[in-house]
Amino acid sequence: MIGQAAAVIPSGVSPDGMTSPDQAAVSVRNLDVRFGDGENAVTALSDVSVEIKAGSFVTMIGPSGCGKSTLLRAIADLVPASEGEIVVLGHTPADARRDRNFSFVFQEATLLPWRSAIDNVRLPLEVGGGGTVDDGEPARLLEVVGLAGRENALPSELSGGMRQRVAIARALVTKPKILLMDEPFGALDEITRDKLNEELLRIWQETGTTIVFVTHSIPEAAFLGQQVLVLASHPGRVKEFMAVDLPYPRRLTDRDTLAFVEISAHLRRLLEEC
Amino acid sequence: MSVVSQDSNVRPAGLFEFAERVRYRLPVVAAVVGLLAAWQFIVWFFSIPTYMAPSPIDVVGAFRSNGWMLFSNFWPTLYEALLGFIFGNAVAILLAVWFVHSRLAERAFYPIAVFINTIPIIAVAPILVLIFGNGLAPKIIIAALICFFPTLVNMVRGLKAVSPATLDLMRILSASNGEVFWKVRLQSSLPFLFAALKIASTTCVIGAIVAEWIGSNFGLGALIIEATYNFRAPLLYATVFTAALLAVTLFSLVSFAEARLIHWKTPDAH
Ligand SMILES: Nc1ncnc2c1ncn2[C@@H]1O[C@H](COP(=O)(O)OP(=O)(O)OP(=O)(O)O)[C@@H](O)[C@H]1O
Ligand SMILES: [Mg+2]
Repeated sequence: MIGQAAAVIPSGVSPDGMTSPDQAAVSVRNLDVRFGDGENAVTALSDVSVEIKAGSFVTMIGPSGCGKSTLLRAIADLVPASEGEIVVLGHTPADARRDRNFSFVFQEATLLPWRSAIDNVRLPLEVGGGGTVDDGEPARLLEVVGLAGRENALPSELSGGMRQRVAIARALVTKPKILLMDEPFGALDEITRDKLNEELLRIWQETGTTIVFVTHSIPEAAFLGQQVLVLASHPGRVKEFMAVDLPYPRRLTDRDTLAFVEISAHLRRLLEEC
Repeated sequence: MSVVSQDSNVRPAGLFEFAERVRYRLPVVAAVVGLLAAWQFIVWFFSIPTYMAPSPIDVVGAFRSNGWMLFSNFWPTLYEALLGFIFGNAVAILLAVWFVHSRLAERAFYPIAVFINTIPIIAVAPILVLIFGNGLAPKIIIAALICFFPTLVNMVRGLKAVSPATLDLMRILSASNGEVFWKVRLQSSLPFLFAALKIASTTCVIGAIVAEWIGSNFGLGALIIEATYNFRAPLLYATVFTAALLAVTLFSLVSFAEARLIHWKTPDAH
């Protein structure tokens, strides 16, 4: 991969004023990402700086094409930074990837259709020097995501929601410190999405993993996140990094409370300005 | 419900299933019988001479009286077609794997493969006979050539038919190229491969027979030529049926292997 353009950045530029590096799961400093060169160059992200605390749940929202996926993919070493720096648990994204520090959940479940549910969950243990033997963790995780008894089902025999649950179990099997999720429930119906939202919060509280979650849905962003990162487009940049001061555990019915409605309204106003 | 009565329920169900299956096959069986009867009737009604078009009964007679001749010429053709199938497809698969791993190799050799494919097989056959003589070798090579190209094209497509998201996933997992190949690409290519193998299973027989037409004194192809020149129409028809039977058998074997190996369906998006 073409090198991380590692410009030396003065410390203490994070928007929320946090400077302690050992508290950050991900810190992004003055990140630019450009695609193509010359006349066709597209600036997907421009001067993005953000600090994500270890163990926190951050949701990311913004207009379509503003660079949410690009930011997540840059953190995951799928897209190189053109300018600026990304530090994942004190390492470069590439090293963090090789150390299995993070997992990624895509919008599509991306299961291998010839593998049963449990064999799909085992995949990360079999490749990339995972080398770990199945110690019963895949079966336990399928139980955690509510798929006990469907271990041997093929993806074609599962519903869209069930497939996404398998994908989440697969992401958890490496015991990642960071879970990067790019619209993981975007293709699901609202009822399934609500249910998985609640379950994801439960998993987050049980595992203590850091979650960065991209979504198009304002209620989802507000319901899940401790903080909501709002991105604006042309070029992609940070509009606001907003705290959601609602206590956990959160219930789906909490979305009807005044506090929640006010936060949603605020987010909606921000997005209109983008 | 007691166990005994449950048990007695099984048999009528099995019988019913069998009857269902027969009923499902009935139209095609009736159609074949009807066509044979029509053929027999037309030959009889118009008094068509046997050397021009034999009746089904004449063909059955040819199978009886020339059984040994058909049998002994069946084996060389089977041998050539099968070896051609194996070599042609093996080379195609290996080349496809190479092409997918080396863009340079693909750019260098893919156009050559396309060019070879445009040469009519009938035109290549005499050249190969000149080089390799009258034995089995040129026939196997022609059968292999005819299998080669569809398999190469399909296998390259199949090995590349992995979604970008799946490749992203493998990258996140830090999977090596070899792991991506063995865990993902190979299985993704199987449906494409079998589509090509099914074509090859019938064309390899065509390749062997065409090769036998050009200077050969054995095999079903040689028998077809001989029967034609001697106006032995019933034998000609019996030979053609034997060749078709060979192709159908190979096709069925490939289909059986496919059903065995590919037990999954690609789930649709959501
Ligand atoms: N591989 C690529 N090559 C070229 N341009 C790209 C590439 N990936 C993204 N872009 C461009 O970068 C910009 C940001 O894309 P990105 O996918 O990050 O947006 P997004 O916020 O995730 O959008 P959506 O909400 O629709 O998923 C877009 O203008 C897009 O066209
Ligand atoms: Mg996106």
